[in-house]
Amino acid sequence: MNILYDERLDGRLPQRSKDEVLAELSRSIPDLTLLHREEDLRPFECDGLSAYRVLPMLVALPETLSQVEALLKQCNRLKVPVVTRGAGTGLSGGALPLEQGVLLVMSRFNRIVHIDPEARIARVQPGVRNLAISEAASHYGLYYAPDPSSQIACSIGGNVAENAGGVHCLKYGLTVHNVLAVDILTIEGEHMSIGSQALDSPGFDLLALMMGSEGMLGVITEITVKLLPKPETAKVLMASFDDVEQAGAAVGAIISAGIIPGGLEMMDNLAIRAAEDFIKAGYPVEAEAILLCELDGVEADVNDDIATVREVLENAGATEIRLAKDEAERARFWAGRKNAFPAVGRMSPDYYCMDGTIPRRELPRVLKGISDLSRHYGLRVANVFHAGDGNMHPLILFDANREGELETAEALGGKILELCVEAGGSITGEHGVGREKINQMCAQFNSLEITTFHAVKAAFDPQGLLNPGKNIPTLARCAEFGAMHVHDNQLPHPEIPRF
Amino acid sequence: MSDQRFPTQDALDSLRAQIQHASENGTSLRIEGGNTKAFYGRPVAGETISTIEHRGITHYDPVELIVSVRAGTPLAELEAALASEGQMLPFEPPHYGPGATIGGTIATGLSGPRRPWSGAARDFVLGVRLLNYQGQEHRFGGEVMKNVAGYDLSRLMVGAQGTLGLITEVSLKVLPRPGACHSLRLNISLNEALSQLAKWGQKPLPLSAAAWHDGALHLRLEGGPGSVADTCRMIGGDSLDNAYWEDLREQQLPFFQQSNMPLWRLSLPANTAPLEIPGVDAESLIHDWAGCQRWLHADIDTETLRSVCAQAGGHATCFTPDRLPESAGPFTPLEPMVAKYHHRLKEQLDPQGIFNRGRLYAEF
Ligand SMILES: Cc1cc2nc3c(=O)[nH]c(=O)nc-3n(C[C@H](O)[C@H](O)[C@H](O)COP(=O)(O)OP(=O)(O)OC[C@H]3O[C@@H](n4cnc5c(N)ncnc54)[C@H](O)[C@@H]3O)c2cc1C
Repeated sequence: MNILYDERLDGRLPQRSKDEVLAELSRSIPDLTLLHREEDLRPFECDGLSAYRVLPMLVALPETLSQVEALLKQCNRLKVPVVTRGAGTGLSGGALPLEQGVLLVMSRFNRIVHIDPEARIARVQPGVRNLAISEAASHYGLYYAPDPSSQIACSIGGNVAENAGGVHCLKYGLTVHNVLAVDILTIEGEHMSIGSQALDSPGFDLLALMMGSEGMLGVITEITVKLLPKPETAKVLMASFDDVEQAGAAVGAIISAGIIPGGLEMMDNLAIRAAEDFIKAGYPVEAEAILLCELDGVEADVNDDIATVREVLENAGATEIRLAKDEAERARFWAGRKNAFPAVGRMSPDYYCMDGTIPRRELPRVLKGISDLSRHYGLRVANVFHAGDGNMHPLILFDANREGELETAEALGGKILELCVEAGGSITGEHGVGREKINQMCAQFNSLEITTFHAVKAAFDPQGLLNPGKNIPTLARCAEFGAMHVHDNQLPHPEIPRF
Repeated sequence: MSDQRFPTQDALDSLRAQIQHASENGTSLRIEGGNTKAFYGRPVAGETISTIEHRGITHYDPVELIVSVRAGTPLAELEAALASEGQMLPFEPPHYGPGATIGGTIATGLSGPRRPWSGAARDFVLGVRLLNYQGQEHRFGGEVMKNVAGYDLSRLMVGAQGTLGLITEVSLKVLPRPGACHSLRLNISLNEALSQLAKWGQKPLPLSAAAWHDGALHLRLEGGPGSVADTCRMIGGDSLDNAYWEDLREQQLPFFQQSNMPLWRLSLPANTAPLEIPGVDAESLIHDWAGCQRWLHADIDTETLRSVCAQAGGHATCFTPDRLPESAGPFTPLEPMVAKYHHRLKEQLDPQGIFNRGRLYAEF
């Protein structure tokens, strides 16, 4: 299975010579920083999914919106594909460059334009780091709720393009729930404002359509986010279990008790040991699973909820329950979880992070399925899990220097995602489809649905120049990949050409 | 769910057949749920296609916080099923009549008093099943809390009022009802109320509704018993019957009956000062949603009103289009660029224009 752009399956790309494009762009936008030498392009050859690398034809580093606009107009005229990049922390190859394309890097747009504490909103440029928004809002007692583990590095533009989540999204929502408006530039270089500072806008919910659209529909140039008052207090309980299934059942029991925790995370033994080894968070390394349950809000309610959750956890068979005794211990408990990926990274030369979601009730069955698959493929899998909202991050440990092991990891990953779909879930909860899960899209959607996605794309980008090959597979790819759902007993599109 | 109170019926085949027939014959369809909101929007010509026979909760697991329900299910039935598990639709949709269906609720996308704190209808939609212009079933999103595979077409359907397809089933996130709920009435001026709300908004208070009218700020507090009691003590004022919020949501307060002038809904940014609308006393409006949603009865030039709202960063919708002059539409006209992409989307998703033609705007 090759993940790189394949014209045979993904559609022909226009062929332009690099010299010609460079000359055209330099002439028409003289003040735009354009990188073209191999050594300058090298740092941009991949995003967070570093197993896949492609040198872009050119890298553009605009500093003004008029440069972005002019660049898009030129690329549209020359029919040169444009891949937008934020901070490049994406885990699905969404910002993976194209050899025949320009990589448009938005990281220089890093200004917080305006914070209005009374209206509780912030207007920011797309290259602003997620955490920088909360830092800037902090002295008003406000913060921006979605907190991906990559928040020190990832950009808000990338968050919008991926509809990023975080450990607090069960209670506070994903990016889509916390953004009021975006400005975009279309591939035709037209400016469009979507949404507003009011709570709704006339017409279709184009704002929702932009969330998670992976740079396929437009380039996001400004974002207005909602800010929330910081909770008065936050407390975290850590519960140990000697059985993963019991831990899974405890999650349901907490929610059945009418409590929506600020965060509810689960880690299995391998992840616990990796995190403990790295962070010294004070995790019980013998436990088969731990749950971290954060309760936040007004002091009086949090204390009541802690008592309730403690009782629920005891009844659910927790072997040990610890309440972080102070802010420092609470931060340590979370540091272990938030650093789980790099911690696992220390145990293995490479790891591959999956992002499937499942209905929570399927957790025991899916975890068992993953452990069977792990044995079958002979690779270890550590599980960290946004347990409250059913988003799993199985981490597959492998060594890319060993012949065939990357392919084995990919195959195992693909099987895990198919298991999620079969359990009624999705191939991606927050990391996006990008290039990585392009084939699994064919398992999740039938040919009709995929055709409808292409129709939406065509409304915004009829020539298919924005991030081609990402997010939505061609029917040719699905037919080849063979996992296409057969609809109404008809074979999918026998008429479509194989390029 | 085999609960006798909540009958189920699957009419997918006949809905599909009716759409296919319309598609083949080039007829237009007017989608109808409970027809409680027919007033909301522009009149639609065409053969009626009713979802009312396609009803019932197809899946509800309170522990998952997710319910899936067919479009023709009465909203009241869904709410009763959720209430029996101590849960609710957090966006408190208005009913406007006993027949309101969940399909109509999602297609109109309207939300009640809790909206600024909890989120809107669109925020709780996790997935939809949809029949497209050829009667082919599509499934987007699903019964999971997080799903970023493909474009978010589920949410695109919310508020599209059936112009992009017929919703046959919706999956929604539900939440537990709050442990405590108490409402208050404070006799303060509009200006005091708005500045107080801006200050409270920056604090983690258990507010879940706030409306100013008739010289008083009405507040609802929801959360744990401890925080609700503490906040009541801090704010003071008189106790208010919680039923007030339902009357407000369902437009049963005297305000809504008192006038034969057009009824307008103004949607505005948080912390917008009282509007200066020519000939209108700002204190005559209901300022709901802590001021983000305002209700106005006025015989006023539509363009004048819309430009006042636009200057404040908002928009105005007429809830009684029959009281407007022929030329004025109920919804604020779209910016040209935004309109262009509406047209393109409509052309892509309903190329023959069979669904609810002209419901939102005359052009599509
Ligand atoms: C250690 C680690 C932990 C992570 N944890 C989480 C987590 O908890 N939750 C989570 O959701 N994600 C997580 N991620 C994934 C990643 O950080 C998010 O997807 C993030 O939103 C990507 O932002 P970025 O700025 O790095 O985007 P990039 O990787 O640069 O781009 C991502 C996608 O967005 C598009 N894009 C970027 N900017 C724009 C723009 N201005 N306009 C249009 N399109 C644009 C790109 O084309 C691409 O398709 C994690 C990643 C790492 C490495």
